[in-house]
Amino acid sequence: MAAKAEEESVEGNTAWLLTSAALVLLMTPGLAFFYGGMVRTKSVLNMLMMCFGAIAVVGVLWVIYGYSLTFGDDIGGGLLGDVTQYIGLSGLIGNEDALATTGFVAFQGMFAVITVALIAGAIADRVRFGAWLLFAGIWATIVYFPVAHWVFDFSNDSGHVGGWIANDLVAFDFAGGTAVHINAGAAALALAIIVGKRRGWPREPMKPHNLPFVMLGAAILWFGWFGFNAGSALAANGLAGVAFINTFSATAAAILGWLLIERIRDGHATSLGAASGVVAGLVAITPACAFVDTWGALLIGVLAGVFCALAVGLKYRLGFDDSLDVVGVHLVGGLWGTLAIGMFQTTYVNDTGVSGLFYGGGVGQLGKQAVGAFAVLAYSFVVTAIIAFVIKVTMGWRVTDDEEVTGIDEAEHAESAYEFSGLRSGSSSMSKAADALSGNKVPAKASKEG
Amino acid sequence: MKLVTAIIKPFTLDDVKAALEQVGVLGMTVSEVQGYGRQKGHTEVYRGAEYSVDFVPKVRVEVLVDDALGDKVVEAVVEAARTGKIGDGKVWVTPVDTVVRVRTGERGTDAL
Repeated sequence: MAAKAEEESVEGNTAWLLTSAALVLLMTPGLAFFYGGMVRTKSVLNMLMMCFGAIAVVGVLWVIYGYSLTFGDDIGGGLLGDVTQYIGLSGLIGNEDALATTGFVAFQGMFAVITVALIAGAIADRVRFGAWLLFAGIWATIVYFPVAHWVFDFSNDSGHVGGWIANDLVAFDFAGGTAVHINAGAAALALAIIVGKRRGWPREPMKPHNLPFVMLGAAILWFGWFGFNAGSALAANGLAGVAFINTFSATAAAILGWLLIERIRDGHATSLGAASGVVAGLVAITPACAFVDTWGALLIGVLAGVFCALAVGLKYRLGFDDSLDVVGVHLVGGLWGTLAIGMFQTTYVNDTGVSGLFYGGGVGQLGKQAVGAFAVLAYSFVVTAIIAFVIKVTMGWRVTDDEEVTGIDEAEHAESAYEFSGLRSGSSSMSKAADALSGNKVPAKASKEG
Repeated sequence: MKLVTAIIKPFTLDDVKAALEQVGVLGMTVSEVQGYGRQKGHTEVYRGAEYSVDFVPKVRVEVLVDDALGDKVVEAVVEAARTGKIGDGKVWVTPVDTVVRVRTGERGTDAL
């Protein structure tokens, strides 16, 4: 009887995990539109392509060796998994175990994808597509996979040894405040500095070209984020429910926080502010979502909106062109959420945690959270800077100035996102296609030569 | 012959079109344009960064008319496009040497 119940719950858990994996994958196209709406008409396709490119590159690397580096047995010091253990997912596929490990592989693979895609917002409008794909592959390999191992790979009774932040330091990060958001945010900062500003920034206006895209993208992100956070319970249980409801309420509070700052500072509550508040709230509640109660979640959310709304202006003062505010939203929001666990977490919600500062737990856990957060920040920033610098002096990051002015969509992809007037298509000749269809190629050439 | 060019607020276009039909105008060319006069632009804010938008969207209406109809057309446009607020636009008239109907090759007033 007990065995049957356990079997049923394993099936239920696996179903929720697979569903969550699909939800998390959807976040990256959602992010593509969130970012894509914020860039100008001439570079929206490139932004979408950077996100889809991250899916392509990281998706392939993940199944070849990424999972192994992240969740293979630790090779020493909690720093890295054994890359040879699950090459090509060997030993995992065809081995039907309890909670399907393959489901976990899929779920965690989507995290790797979105983390890389998040960085793209910092270098919008100006980077050669090939350089981005190369960066995506290298960054995933030497930054994301190790850091995810530190944070997400738990040691277990059957002899598996995991990463140092999860097991030795014991800093809490339920769904990726450190491994995903601080990691991507710190990388974005290094990349924005080394790749350099867009031509004309910050003098020329670079307005978002499609705010409905931004809102729609934020909505898709929020939807997918329920898989990201509640799925991280790895079970269809009450803890997943807590993570789910906190992902809902903290995010709602963050919208209010962001809009409040805007109303006071700028005089208007903007749609871009609301969409940004959604993401800021989601980022901040991510590490904390299964450790805090309703009041903790609401406070984390509203303050995430406030902090991030204030932080996005810093790039103008400090002079780095983090084009779509990856630093202001993901680094700041991720730091806030990760530290907030040390203040607001309560064992009443999750007895695998400890009590935070405001629940009589002292500052001990807050200190551990800070060590985890800043370790990831420093590692990501330094290693990203090195990768970015090497790419800069070898293949080069930037499209030419002319191409940047004309628009990166045309230069890198030979496409334009929107056909506003009939003039363009009317006057352009369909030479290649038309020739191929009519079998016309040879006479056309002959007549030229003749 | 005259070319009457009117820069108007976009939402007055339907009224202007109706008024022109009323006075016997048979065709017109309409385009979306941007510019500013005394109305100037406005300010937009994106994540706290202010952008001044100098050019305001307007509609340009162009009508070719016989000399006799010129004044009536101008009056019709002005009446239909006026809201009394700043930014209502402008109408001007320029003389036209020749007009040719492409289909038939007719010239002058026959081509109107």
